[in-house]
Amino acid sequence: MTELSRQYWKARVIRYFFQSCAITSILIVVLVFLFLGRESLPFIQKFGLSELFNPVWQPVSFEDEQFGMLALISGSLLVTFLATLIAVPFGVISAIYIAEMASPVEREIWKPVIEMLAGIPSVVLGFFGLVVVAPLVKEVFHLSSGLNALTGALLLALMAIPTIITISEDAIRNVPNSYKEASYSLGASKLQTIWKVTVPAALSGIVAAVMLGIGRVVGETMAVMMVTGNAAIISFSPTESVRTMTATVAAEMGEVPFGSDHYHALFVIGIVLLLMTFALNMVAQRVLKKYRIG
Amino acid sequence: MSMKPRNTSERIVYYGMLSITYAILLVVVYIIADVVVGGIGTLSWEFLTEAPRKSGEEGGIWPVIVGTFYLVLGTIAFALPLGMAGAIYLSEYAKQGRMTRLIRLAIVTLAGIPSVVLGLFGLGLFVIFLGFGASILAGSMTLACMILPTIIVASEEALRAVPQSFREASLALGASKWETIWRNVLPYAVPGMMTGSILGIGRAAGETAPILLTAAAFFLPTLPQSVFDQCMALPYHLYILATQLPDIEKARPMQYGTALVLIIVVLGFNLTAIVIRSYFRRKYRW
Repeated sequence: MTELSRQYWKARVIRYFFQSCAITSILIVVLVFLFLGRESLPFIQKFGLSELFNPVWQPVSFEDEQFGMLALISGSLLVTFLATLIAVPFGVISAIYIAEMASPVEREIWKPVIEMLAGIPSVVLGFFGLVVVAPLVKEVFHLSSGLNALTGALLLALMAIPTIITISEDAIRNVPNSYKEASYSLGASKLQTIWKVTVPAALSGIVAAVMLGIGRVVGETMAVMMVTGNAAIISFSPTESVRTMTATVAAEMGEVPFGSDHYHALFVIGIVLLLMTFALNMVAQRVLKKYRIG
Repeated sequence: MSMKPRNTSERIVYYGMLSITYAILLVVVYIIADVVVGGIGTLSWEFLTEAPRKSGEEGGIWPVIVGTFYLVLGTIAFALPLGMAGAIYLSEYAKQGRMTRLIRLAIVTLAGIPSVVLGLFGLGLFVIFLGFGASILAGSMTLACMILPTIIVASEEALRAVPQSFREASLALGASKWETIWRNVLPYAVPGMMTGSILGIGRAAGETAPILLTAAAFFLPTLPQSVFDQCMALPYHLYILATQLPDIEKARPMQYGTALVLIIVVLGFNLTAIVIRSYFRRKYRW
C-alpha cells in the first residue's frame, strides 16, 4: 500500500469513528421508542386503546383490576396547568428584566443563580416541598393536608422557571436594536418600548420557551411524587390530592410482577408521556429555528 | 437611553418587575439556606463514614456516597467519550444534509425525554433485555443516555468557538485533518467542553427517576463488589428517608443531612464548571 492510500484510509476510518459516535444518539432515540412500544404492545392488544379513557386506575385488586389512565392524565394536566400559570408570569417578567433592564453587574449575578436553581435536584425540591411548602399551603388554605396539586405545581413552577428565563432572554436579546431605536426616536419611553415593541417582537420565542418549560413539567417525577398526595381521582381543584402519570410509573414499577398487565400498563403510560413531550418539543424547536433563537 | 421610569405609573411597573425577578432569587437562596441550616448539624465524620442503622434513622451514609460515586463514574465513562466524539463529528466533519439533520433532531428529542421514561427504557433494554439486572452498569448507561445531549451540545459549541483561522493555519502547513483537530482545535476547546460536561454530570448525580428502576436499592449489607451489583444512591436514599419511613419526623436530621450532601455534590459540580469557565475565558481571548 502506498503512503498516500494509507493516509487516505486512516482519514476515512477516523471520520467513520466520529460519525458513528454521533449516530449513537439516533440509535438511542430509536431504541427508546422501540422498547417502550415493545413493552406496551401486549397491553394494547389485550385491552385496546379505549382503556386510556377509563377513569378508574385500580391496578391491584382481587376481583376487578382496572387500568384507566384518565385520572392519571387529568392529574398530570391539572398540575401542569397550575405550574404553568405560576411559572409564566415569573419566568417571562424576569427574562424581560434581566435582558432589558438589569445592569451588567446584575446580569453576572443572575446567570449562576439560574444555573443553581436549575441544578437543584428534583428530589431535594420535593423534600423542601414536603417539609416547608406543604405545611405552608395547609396553613394558608386551612386544609387537612398540604399534599395536593397546588403544592406540586409550586415546586414544578420552580423547575420550569430556569428554562423559561434562559430561552425567553435569548429571544428578547435577538430583537434587532433598530426596532427599539425606532421606538425611542418616536419619543416612547424605555418601558413603553419594552412592552409595545420588544416583547411582541420576541413573542414567538417566548412561547417556545414556555412550551419547553411545560415539557419539563409534564415529565417531572420525584417532586410531584413526594408532594401531590397521589390519589388517583379525577379532580379540577388545586387543593385536592392528585396522582400524575410520572409518579404512577415511578411509584409502582418497583412492585409489579414482570410481564403482568400492570407492568405493561405502566409502559403504556410511559409511551403516552413520551409522545406528549415529543410533540411539545418538536413544535417549540420549529418555532425557535424559524426565528433563529438559541 | 435612560433607564429611569418617566412617571408614577411607570415607576410602579418598573419596581413591580424588579420585585418579581428578585422574588425568584429570594426563593433560591431560601431553599439552599433551609437545607444548609437544617443539615449542617448532622454533618459529622461519623455521618459521612458509617453505614446507616435502624433503616436510615441513625448512623451515616457512607455506602450511599460510594454508590453515587460509582454511578457518576460509570456515567462519565459512557457519556463523556461518546458525547465529545459526537460533538467533534458535528463541528468538524458533518456537512449540511439529511444525516446531520437527523442527528440534531435525535439530540433535541433525547434531551426532551422525561427522566422517568428513560428509566423505563433502561429497565426494558439494559436490565431485562440485555440481562444486566438492576445494577450499577444499567444505571450508569441510563444516566449516560440522559446527559449525552447536554455533553454533545456544550462540546460542539466549544469547538465552534475556536476560530477557523487556527484550522486553516494548520492545514496550510500540510497537517492532516485529524492532526489539525488534535493539535490546533481540541486544546483550545477542551475547557469549554469540560464546563458543559460537568454541568451534565452534576445533573446525573442528582437524578432519581432513572436509577429508581435500574440501579438503586435502599439498603445493602455490603458495598457493591462489581458493576453488576445494585448500589445505594444519595437522591434515592433521600427519597426513601423522606417518604417511606414509619416515623418520618424522627429521621428529619438524617433527611436534612442527606439533602445537604446531595446539594453539595451537585452544586459542587456546577461551581467547578463556573470556575473553569471564568478561568479560561480570561486565559484565551481571540
